[in-house]
Amino acid sequence: MLKRVTFRNSWLPYLLVGPQIIITLVFFIWPASQALFQSVLIEDAFGLSSEFVWFDNFADVFGDPSYLASLQTTAVFSIATTALSLSTALLLAVMADRVIKGASAYKMALLLPYAVAPAVAGVLWLFMFNPANGILALTLKGLGYDWNHILNGGEAMLLVVIAAAWKQVAYNFLFFLAGLQAIPKSLIEAAAIDGAGPAKRFWTIIFPLLTPTTFFLLVVNVVYAFFDTFGIIHAVTGGGPYQSTEILVYKVYSDGFVGLDLGGSSAQSVVLMAIVIALTIFQFRYIERRVEY
Amino acid sequence: MAEVSLRDVRKSYGDTAVIHGVDCAIADGEFLVVVGPSGCGKSTLLRMIAGLEVITGGEVSIGDRVVNELEPAERDIAMVFQNYALYPHMTVFDNMAYGLKIRKIPKAEIDTRVRKAAAILELDDDMLRRKPRQLSGGQRQRVAMGRAIVREPSVFLFDEPLSNLDAKLRVQMRIEIKKLQETLGITSVYVTHDQVEAMTLGHRLLVLNAGNVEQLGTPITLYERPASTFVAGFIGSPAMNLMPAAIGVDGASVALPGGVAFTLAFGAQNGEPGRPVTLGVRPEHFEVDDSGAITLTVTLVEQLGADTIVHGALGADEFDVTIRMRGVVTIAPGEKLSLTVPSEHIHVFDRETGKRLG
Repeated sequence: MLKRVTFRNSWLPYLLVGPQIIITLVFFIWPASQALFQSVLIEDAFGLSSEFVWFDNFADVFGDPSYLASLQTTAVFSIATTALSLSTALLLAVMADRVIKGASAYKMALLLPYAVAPAVAGVLWLFMFNPANGILALTLKGLGYDWNHILNGGEAMLLVVIAAAWKQVAYNFLFFLAGLQAIPKSLIEAAAIDGAGPAKRFWTIIFPLLTPTTFFLLVVNVVYAFFDTFGIIHAVTGGGPYQSTEILVYKVYSDGFVGLDLGGSSAQSVVLMAIVIALTIFQFRYIERRVEY
Repeated sequence: MAEVSLRDVRKSYGDTAVIHGVDCAIADGEFLVVVGPSGCGKSTLLRMIAGLEVITGGEVSIGDRVVNELEPAERDIAMVFQNYALYPHMTVFDNMAYGLKIRKIPKAEIDTRVRKAAAILELDDDMLRRKPRQLSGGQRQRVAMGRAIVREPSVFLFDEPLSNLDAKLRVQMRIEIKKLQETLGITSVYVTHDQVEAMTLGHRLLVLNAGNVEQLGTPITLYERPASTFVAGFIGSPAMNLMPAAIGVDGASVALPGGVAFTLAFGAQNGEPGRPVTLGVRPEHFEVDDSGAITLTVTLVEQLGADTIVHGALGADEFDVTIRMRGVVTIAPGEKLSLTVPSEHIHVFDRETGKRLG
């Protein structure tokens, strides 16, 4: 039970929660309601007047093949990013769990990417894969592979997936490592005596015991791939070539601020809002129930 | 079924040696208890037999195989851990079946073996379907035992399995483990810091102190002829009274500083006159005798019903002594008791080395 605090002044508690409420109102409730409002309006070409159109914008959005293509791109991008970052982080965490000497330096190094801003992370990978002089692109060329993500949509997708996953590995690593360290050593020893080899122990004991952590990270990573990767896409590919890396959140930006279709863009952002709310509810329900054993 | 032998087994972490050469041959079907205070290396020794710790020196063999380089799985052992180490995400049945499944034993046989073990341990069907967290401490303990039994190993290893249970359950489980080991006849090595557990369970006890073997012998040998002051103080409750004394001028008796002399049962072979020794007498070996030469001033009385523990000060220099008398004895602090000790119950140890003389 949390301790209940009693305030003598009735205004003090309001003053204390005030800043948080103001921040939420200004940076979330206000823009969200604006988006909701905008999503049922259509502007004229010069932005001088707007007309109430009910749900026409939503109908347009879902009838638009480029939106459906973007939905598919988002699915590919978020599944690939989540899978790559989770598996890499788990591998690193399992290895870090065994390190005894210099463990903290090793962990520190693995955590650094998390401190890098998405756009900077994107630019780093962009430099390395620059078809003209990027070190990795040149290495690939040396191996006989002609890397050019500026022309090749698949390669562009691979590049943004790598950049997005790289940044998220640190976060996942931290949670996986904490999860691994919470598993009693005697369980692993008991399994070893029972005859399970390292791989068997991992898949039958360690991995099932990490399920709650994995599930939590799965949701966090999907949300990350959906919403927080804008900077990476913007810096690396700008959604291209030919919209091959245009994920939903990027399309909101390009339709709204580049294409100036405010109503359509707002309708898209309302759809995104619905997705994130659904994901959050999903996660909370499961976290409350816990994946128990 | 197998005998286990340890030959000069050593363990060190870097430059720090924690086990200084243990030699011990455990017969097939024997129940050996390794006992000692915490930090004496007893768990490390057990973990070396299990293969969970690298053996730094010496040889461990199980049956006729030297197992130093074998993985735990290849040693044909089963171990019961202090915290039970049950797999929390599996049912009780799956916990017990895990080792068998890995060894690719046919499903029908797994089922038979698990049910047989469950019957021995009085775990019913409903219990087999539960997860470990839905069980009480005593039930988890049984499951941990069950997991060891179903494997039908050559050797059982127990690492303080009863220390997480309450006092009453501990006594009950102790009896069950003893019965079980006798029924199954599987060679067992049991680690504990509890001397009562050690005395009641073991065919033989290995007393470990700071990585050295103090004594190896049957419980009664350890009780009757402790090899050192350490064993003397560790085995038996209340602990043996250990008093500074010196060999008398005749070389065949030993005198307390207060002047009371006892004749040594073992004669004069160790008795250079005046040699400083430690004299040991168990609390239960003092006898009240009005003509006794020892005078005890009572300071505290503990009534246990079956026994009465009397604490008192001995002789002129008021050395603290505990004596144990049968039944209820009415006695008050401040009273004086005259005592004797039969000479066969006097233990004499070298003051320097703590080793037994005679």
